[in-house]
Amino acid sequence: MSNAIHLHYEVSGEDFTRAGEASGAVKKRLKSLGYDPDAIRRVAIAMYEAEINMVIHADGGYCDVDIYPDRVEILLADHGPGIPDVEKAMQEGYSTAPDNVRSLGFGAGMGLPNIKKYSDDMRIETTIGVGTNLYLTVKVNT
Amino acid sequence: MSKYFHSVQLDADRCCGCTNCLKRCPTEAIRVHDGKAKILSERCIDCGECIRICPHHAKKANSSTLEEIKGFAYTVAIPAPALFGQFNHLDSIDIVLTGLKQLGFDDVFEVSRAAELVSEATRSLIKDNKLKKPIISSACPAVVRLIKIRFPELCDNVMPLMAPIEVAARIAKREAVEKTGLDKAQIGVFFITPCPAKVTEIHSPNYTAKSEADGAIAVSKIYPELAHAMDHLKEIEPLGHSGLMGIGWATSGGEAAAMLGDRYLAADGIENVIRVLEELEDEHIRGVDFIELNACSGGCVGGVLNVENPYVAQARIQKLRRFLPVSLNHLEDGDLERMFWENELTYDADIFRLDKDISKAMQMMSDMEDIYNDLPHLDCGSCGAPTCRALAEDIVRGKAKETDCIFKLRAKIQNVYDQLKNTI
Repeated sequence: MSNAIHLHYEVSGEDFTRAGEASGAVKKRLKSLGYDPDAIRRVAIAMYEAEINMVIHADGGYCDVDIYPDRVEILLADHGPGIPDVEKAMQEGYSTAPDNVRSLGFGAGMGLPNIKKYSDDMRIETTIGVGTNLYLTVKVNT
Repeated sequence: MSKYFHSVQLDADRCCGCTNCLKRCPTEAIRVHDGKAKILSERCIDCGECIRICPHHAKKANSSTLEEIKGFAYTVAIPAPALFGQFNHLDSIDIVLTGLKQLGFDDVFEVSRAAELVSEATRSLIKDNKLKKPIISSACPAVVRLIKIRFPELCDNVMPLMAPIEVAARIAKREAVEKTGLDKAQIGVFFITPCPAKVTEIHSPNYTAKSEADGAIAVSKIYPELAHAMDHLKEIEPLGHSGLMGIGWATSGGEAAAMLGDRYLAADGIENVIRVLEELEDEHIRGVDFIELNACSGGCVGGVLNVENPYVAQARIQKLRRFLPVSLNHLEDGDLERMFWENELTYDADIFRLDKDISKAMQMMSDMEDIYNDLPHLDCGSCGAPTCRALAEDIVRGKAKETDCIFKLRAKIQNVYDQLKNTI
């Protein structure tokens, strides 16, 4: 589509402390566009959780963000291990995060449930041993 | 008069157009054009970082003078608690307060007294669960203004109570009217201020139509005369009426500690404040009820209008507090109701928004990304904007051109040169 703003970010799997940079950059741009504050918040939180997931479980990946006047579409793609049981992963409190990230306050099993809660549409394509694509849409309330 | 009053001003004669302030400003509110810095009024939060960093002293803070108190029949000085940290070997705040009277004030009322009332009010509001958590302190006006222009989702978390300085001004004025029988307009209440943001707050308040303080005099402006007066006191009047809680507001963590719990966080220094606000906005900070934020490192003792090193002042404040009672001021009937904001804090969406029309804004952003990708990404500031991204934004806003970038200009000149060479 011609009137979308397309943004692309590589998410490094090497440095855990850099997770959240892409969602921060997107947040700043949405503010400059005068986007609805509630939509900005939902995009920022959903994307942050997804970025963290990608760093913890999949050694990084990339995100593609398309901003439209009425919605934001996000693809987060990785070449990680894939999610064996998506239904289970969607349950609040279920986590396979290692101890070292749990000590930082992550791995509470709220990642995917929160992403679902804050986005208007969420779709997961995952193949064991190949990777995961997470598609998110956040709409602007009008 | 411009829409925005600012205490922080530029002294154009002293400005040499360097990039120090440009790089330091937390809201990217400074540009250098034609060899002089310019402050973008709508973006400035009066934090004073540019005053702190400028090696040429070209940034200054406008504040009231002692002369101004002569325009009133009766005057009250309301000193910030940070003032008490400015003097060596101070045993009691009574010496400072008596000294202020020697300078011509008829009476004094410590802002720390009002701080104790604000603390008590906050505790009661938290206890009654009446506010959106986590509650962000509203005491630092630079922080409140920052939230107003950059953090739309957090406006409702800012505590809707007046800052101690305004509460103090109102009580001082009311008491002076009762004591003297004079009309309110004949009474002048002057804040002794450690920072320019408070000067701005008095002239154009965030949450009330008009401040009851009539002016703010910088600590640094009053300091020489005050120190002299304090050295020559014949007697020391027992004027002080603050506990350790109120005096503690001078330093970062003081306000939060007065919440008397462990579910609080205190951050100071404008970069740290921004980091906390960003994380709060993304809901990464959990398990705290109250958040104290001070734009200056160390809290109000770090204000740019003080004279003493903030950490020395902090140590002195600790010493002064040692044998004081916890709190000497308590809410009476009607006090809490009078403290509430008169105006709501609303997000000022226009400040950073590219355009009201979202499709136009999107076109601008899309152009901005293209321009930015073509810039050198050095963030050198030579173009007069703080970063390459800020320059790209200025270009799409029609306020700058690509050749303001010296690297782009050099490439262009090279291009012209090559063409000429080929034609010869």
